[in-house]
Amino acid sequence: MPLWEGLPLTEDRVLDVEDLAVHFPIKANAAQALGRVILRRLLASRTEGDDRLLHPRVHAVDGVSFEVRRSEILGLVGESGCGKTTTGRAVLRLVEPTQGRIFFEGVDITRKKESELRSLRPRMQIVFQDPHAALNPGMTIGRAIMDPLLIHETPSEAEAKDHALRAMEEVGLTPADDLFSKYPADLSGGQQQRAVLARAIILRPSLIVADEPVAMLDMSIRAKILELLLELRDRHGLAYLFITHDLATAKFVCDRIAIMYLGRIVETGPTEAIFRDPKHPYTQALLAAIPVPEPGRVREQTLPRGEVPDAIFPPAGCRFHPRCPVALPTCGWEGRDFIDYLEQRHLDPDLARVDDVALGPVEGWRAALGDCRRGRVQDPRAVAAYVLSILGQAPKALAEAITGVDAEEREVVIRFRAPDTLKPKEVEGRIVECLLY
Amino acid sequence: MSEVVLEARGLKVYYRTKRGPVRAVDGVDFDLDLGETLGVVGETGCGKSTLGKAILGLLPPGTHTEGSLTFRGQELLHLKPSEFRKLRGKEIALIFQDPMTRLDPLMTIRDHFVETIRVHKPEVSKAEATERAAEALRAMGIPRSRLNHYPHEFSGGMRQRIMIAMALVLRPSLLIADEPTTALDVIVEAQILDILRDLKKAYGMSLLLITHNLGVVAEVSDRTSVMYAGRFAELGPVQDVFRRPIHPYTQGLLASTIHLQTKELRSIDGLPPSLLTPPPGCRFHPRCEYAKEICEVEEPAMIEYRPGHFASCHFGRDFL
Repeated sequence: MPLWEGLPLTEDRVLDVEDLAVHFPIKANAAQALGRVILRRLLASRTEGDDRLLHPRVHAVDGVSFEVRRSEILGLVGESGCGKTTTGRAVLRLVEPTQGRIFFEGVDITRKKESELRSLRPRMQIVFQDPHAALNPGMTIGRAIMDPLLIHETPSEAEAKDHALRAMEEVGLTPADDLFSKYPADLSGGQQQRAVLARAIILRPSLIVADEPVAMLDMSIRAKILELLLELRDRHGLAYLFITHDLATAKFVCDRIAIMYLGRIVETGPTEAIFRDPKHPYTQALLAAIPVPEPGRVREQTLPRGEVPDAIFPPAGCRFHPRCPVALPTCGWEGRDFIDYLEQRHLDPDLARVDDVALGPVEGWRAALGDCRRGRVQDPRAVAAYVLSILGQAPKALAEAITGVDAEEREVVIRFRAPDTLKPKEVEGRIVECLLY
Repeated sequence: MSEVVLEARGLKVYYRTKRGPVRAVDGVDFDLDLGETLGVVGETGCGKSTLGKAILGLLPPGTHTEGSLTFRGQELLHLKPSEFRKLRGKEIALIFQDPMTRLDPLMTIRDHFVETIRVHKPEVSKAEATERAAEALRAMGIPRSRLNHYPHEFSGGMRQRIMIAMALVLRPSLLIADEPTTALDVIVEAQILDILRDLKKAYGMSLLLITHNLGVVAEVSDRTSVMYAGRFAELGPVQDVFRRPIHPYTQGLLASTIHLQTKELRSIDGLPPSLLTPPPGCRFHPRCEYAKEICEVEEPAMIEYRPGHFASCHFGRDFL
């Protein structure tokens, strides 16, 4: 079911994605490779008693919905590990979706067999970051570009060559006759990416997933490739799912942008609106953090502390809450956030000493989803009282999310309120997933 | 008069290859003062990383060097490897793009620090070294409790903080940072840049920042040099170079950089030349829209067009 609009699928849409999730199981041997000790430490310190522990999975993509219209460039923007690449692959069925539905040109392709997908494949293409790796070093450029045609259609050799030469002209790989018989190693990075694009368009696709198509190219060449993408769109009505970590590039080419964080889309909207007035605190932080070639600029916003948490146990509630400068008590505070707070205090050697005496080492705390506890305590009441006393200096939202600090028999338990449900909401022409709105 | 920490005069570094010498650095002059940050910016293959390697004595054996490169008056180009080892890590420290490949996966963070400190200062006890490590980590926002952790237990940004803490623990007077934030995400990158900027104040050391990212240079540097095909195209105060660039390559590079204020995309035609066979005259002339005859034959000298602002362009005056 679409999350925010019940619009029927129309001809106008090339791609419709509803509530897509891709989870990767952590294989037993991978867990062993991690080392049992480390695994145990990871599990114990984070989320004890969580049933996710029995089947730990990487929540690479965890419920995203979006659509791409004909001739539209939708940017999927986020930091590494946010799930943008996995999303791009899943919509082409290059990785298997765990949940949700994918419609390509109105056809539900979520569960189609590869043999059934084959007739659709020419119309959905992908372009990767590294053109050098995407081209077979032993195949001439011409051969590489003709290849999809020879696989999917049955042209004569002369027809195929003719098509390929025209595709090369179109992407600016000229003189085409000359370059046709060259090998990838003879071409510069920019020319290689042009060859990859020629190969992608030769079957006249309606959608190209472009995964960081200019990230490996030098600055002075990037602009040309981006312009080429725009030209191809204008000429053929191509749609792109443009995946990038670079907001500036996204701003330049995309019509709309979806900002991803840890498997979720936190904000979607017209490019212009998102850059003029970002609504989600994460979008705001991302925009503020970009280094600008403008010496003397002073950043107005404080940076979110820390880094993106791992996607095996994503934070409860809003996934950005532990780093969010404007988080509310209802955003999903949980046991490990309290442990994080204790670790922060440990940066001050004086506080660390006092805390260690009163609370014991940080490692003694066990966090679960709704609470945080420490067992084998001599005097639980004294510990509980100390916890209460330091909550005054804690981030306000965290302190207010705590519903009780209880001294039980030889154990101290800190309980948290349940997070409010996050729903994508329309805010001034964009969709935002944040409790502030 | 401020103290010059690093001085390069006519510095040339040629790699030996079967196809002939690769002129990675081909006649570079600059000074770096104590407490100053110089950002060296350029595209792939312009020679910027070679410059860093030369300062650190990490050039492959047999590499041809010319000119002079002095660190606090000491000539670095003819230093023996054993002498370089005494400087490197202690007087001249370095941080790289990918911290994971520079940390030993089988050693705890404490062991890394203890080894780093005791290689240069064997008189320091292990306990004392641990104390210094804890202090250095704390300054980078990493609690002492993580001293016994292994590199893989840290995130990318934390590893880079650990690298910085390790680089600084012996109080070097010069830090070389080669693409220190390129492998990091934008928010973590901004965090690390804040740290690098604050270091100057806290430690009063010099920083040579090597990067392809103009934004990074603008945020951290006092002065910047733009490198093209083994030479400096331009060198000057960061404000001047970014706001009033003189060299057509700098102008082109700034115009082709996509940033949030970009209105119109521009690019520089052509490709950087091969360093095996650089073009005669000005190395940028085949791609330069203003090139005239003289540019094809005569190599432009670095001319001071404004106080402290140099450019190697025959027609620099036209762009003032």
